[in-house]
Amino acid sequence: MRDIRDRFTFLFTSTKGLILVGIASISLVTALFGFLSGPMEEFGVRDFMIRTFGISLVPAEREGRIIMLYHAIAMAVVAIETYVITSLVKMRREHQATINSTITFGFLLSMIFGLIFAYFGHNYVFHGLFITGQAIVFFAGVMLAWVLWPWRAGYRIDDADKARTRGGVDLERVAFFVMAVAMLGSAIFGAVPGSMFGNGFRTFLAEDVVRDPVKTPMQLAIIGHLHIMLALIAVALSLIIGRSFDFRGRLHKIAMPLMIAGTLIITLGVWMVVPFERIAHVIINVGSFPVLIASLLLVYFGWRQTANARLAARGLARPSFGQRVVALLGDPLRFGTLWQMVYMNVVVTALGIFMAIRLDEVVRQWPHREERVALTGHWHVLSGIIATIILLYYADLAGLKGRARQVFGWVVIVASDLAFGAVALFETKRLYVSESAQQSLVDMAILLTDIGLATVLATLGIFLGWRLIDLFKRNGRWRQELAARPTSSEQEVLK
Amino acid sequence: MRQFLLASFLLLMLTAGCAGPTLPVSTGHVDTGVDPETWVRIPAGPFALGQFNDPGVIGTDFEIMVTPVTVAQYARYLNDALAAGTARIEGNQVVGPYKGDVFHGHKHEERIDPGDYVQIPLDAPELRLVRNGNAFAALPSYENHPMTMVSWFGARAYCEAIGGRLPMQVEWEKAARGEDSRPFPWGDTLNRNVANYYNSSDIFEKAFGKAGDTTPVGFYNGRSYDGYVTLDNASPYGVYDMAGNVWQWTADITEGMHYRFLRGGSKADYGYMLRIWTRNNAGPAYYSPNIGFRCVR
Repeated sequence: MRDIRDRFTFLFTSTKGLILVGIASISLVTALFGFLSGPMEEFGVRDFMIRTFGISLVPAEREGRIIMLYHAIAMAVVAIETYVITSLVKMRREHQATINSTITFGFLLSMIFGLIFAYFGHNYVFHGLFITGQAIVFFAGVMLAWVLWPWRAGYRIDDADKARTRGGVDLERVAFFVMAVAMLGSAIFGAVPGSMFGNGFRTFLAEDVVRDPVKTPMQLAIIGHLHIMLALIAVALSLIIGRSFDFRGRLHKIAMPLMIAGTLIITLGVWMVVPFERIAHVIINVGSFPVLIASLLLVYFGWRQTANARLAARGLARPSFGQRVVALLGDPLRFGTLWQMVYMNVVVTALGIFMAIRLDEVVRQWPHREERVALTGHWHVLSGIIATIILLYYADLAGLKGRARQVFGWVVIVASDLAFGAVALFETKRLYVSESAQQSLVDMAILLTDIGLATVLATLGIFLGWRLIDLFKRNGRWRQELAARPTSSEQEVLK
Repeated sequence: MRQFLLASFLLLMLTAGCAGPTLPVSTGHVDTGVDPETWVRIPAGPFALGQFNDPGVIGTDFEIMVTPVTVAQYARYLNDALAAGTARIEGNQVVGPYKGDVFHGHKHEERIDPGDYVQIPLDAPELRLVRNGNAFAALPSYENHPMTMVSWFGARAYCEAIGGRLPMQVEWEKAARGEDSRPFPWGDTLNRNVANYYNSSDIFEKAFGKAGDTTPVGFYNGRSYDGYVTLDNASPYGVYDMAGNVWQWTADITEGMHYRFLRGGSKADYGYMLRIWTRNNAGPAYYSPNIGFRCVR
């Protein structure tokens, strides 16, 4: 009995255990619901799943189901980021425990009952619990923002290598705080219209109304909400990765003000999309630039640090460029978290900018359905890249070493980038081929996407299987991780 | 190894990108038993409109073509229109006059001024017409396939030439749905042998790959074709092909946008696009092997 309790203590109170719960939840949902679409539909697996589990797929409710699925996954992602933030950023232990337990309860409630409601018949108690779960996640966010308040005396810093004000206010903490508050505001920004559309089950997907010349304020708010939430999740992840690299020095001092200003400007730009749609995009673009620069400064810092650490370990004082590159690539987990950010700029940002610039001349000359494919591909890739960064970060945190570290890291990087590259090719196919000539390109892009994603999922499955087997061991890695609480970074927590 | 993989990947991309267009090679003429010259009356009255079953109403009875306009029908129109001078060949296009739209200056809105606009391209390999000077005929075995590669202007001109017009979206939807809230014209469930959509495994997909080819109009009517058994996809009013095969142009002109709406989904779309309320749109000069039309009067 005590052994079971210890395992639950590990899973639901330690940072590593909580992240594991979050990743496992998302993996299960992705695996289960992935069977309902894409190649699994073509193979007939979808029909088998529907029959076996009694899934109810009413055609008119497709959009609602998808939105609930997105939210179920998004809540878990936000929870994972919160676990990491509460472990990395200085705060009282009881605050950390309260925030983590609250958000865990919220995301699990929301995920379980949201998906039951969406896919297994409409019991309105379940819908209520789905909403309650989201409200609890929001409340955890409020607590996090309150705890992050950077102007508290105990949180001031005197580290000259860190971005700070003259009064010692930690600008990295300010960046976390601004992100958290922006996310809370943006959640309300989506929750209000969501209540209207959701309560009447008149849901819509943003990509379906993109060409409507007049959008209602509620529609604009929904479109803004989904964009800003994904952007803020990415901002939070950049800050987390920065923390994990102990980002500091001159670049840190440049990056943090940029990150704070950019986050504020993007958020305000998105919120302004309702009253001032015409200028909102300009504001968002202006805000994106400093965030992009700050992220690239982090990449430079992180890669240099990773390479230098390995070069120092090998005793190379004056390495050549090639030796530096080899040293950098020697640690795929550390390299990969930052590489995926760079890759994001290629397959998401650059593509997005191209489409925005050539919208009327190119994209809007295609039928709406082609533009829709480009839009959905665009943000699916962004979400997917965020997921891989979290995976690489967690594998590093979990202490994956040796050959397993190399194999896991490189497989996730190469396979996911292959898939995301193929999706980017698919979503822009009309630039290269006509409708009647596209099939071979489509077949290959989908094949490469499936191979890439299946490989990542299989690798993740092996990784999670390893952790699951470990949980059955009396003195497995889990017990060491439990005993090691707080982690080194958590030692910063205030007494 | 990595370089090899990268090179292979790039080679594959290049190969795929250079693939030529699929030329229209039919599996042979298939008689479906459905006469494309038939029209059916849709009664005025209320019905469930859109995904959320909003109250919709049709003010007066109208008639709609039982199937999309076929290649043979369109060839006939072209011959008549070119002879009468209501359409003309200009370069590699058939063009005809359009009165233009009112321009509202909305963001992304393009001007459609009065003038001549493309009805069909003549140099597209996907066109199922054979040309001999100013005389057109359907490509053999495609006579009863839906006319594709036709712009909104070309679709509109055809309907006006036969004394009809393109359907308004609301009319199209009632003709497809009847008076209940069904998601598909034939009922509640989408089966692979009830409509022509992406990866629906019809006999044309077996011949041409997943994207397949158009099926002859009225193909899914419960008949068996060399052992391939179809389900009847007629709407409550007996209108065929209101889901799948080709998107269908509709008449609506929306203030602030130059796009025209398309309904019904096509052979190149996943099944969920075949839901009655699903909409697509494109500029009025756009044409595609997945777009056709039918008329009302």
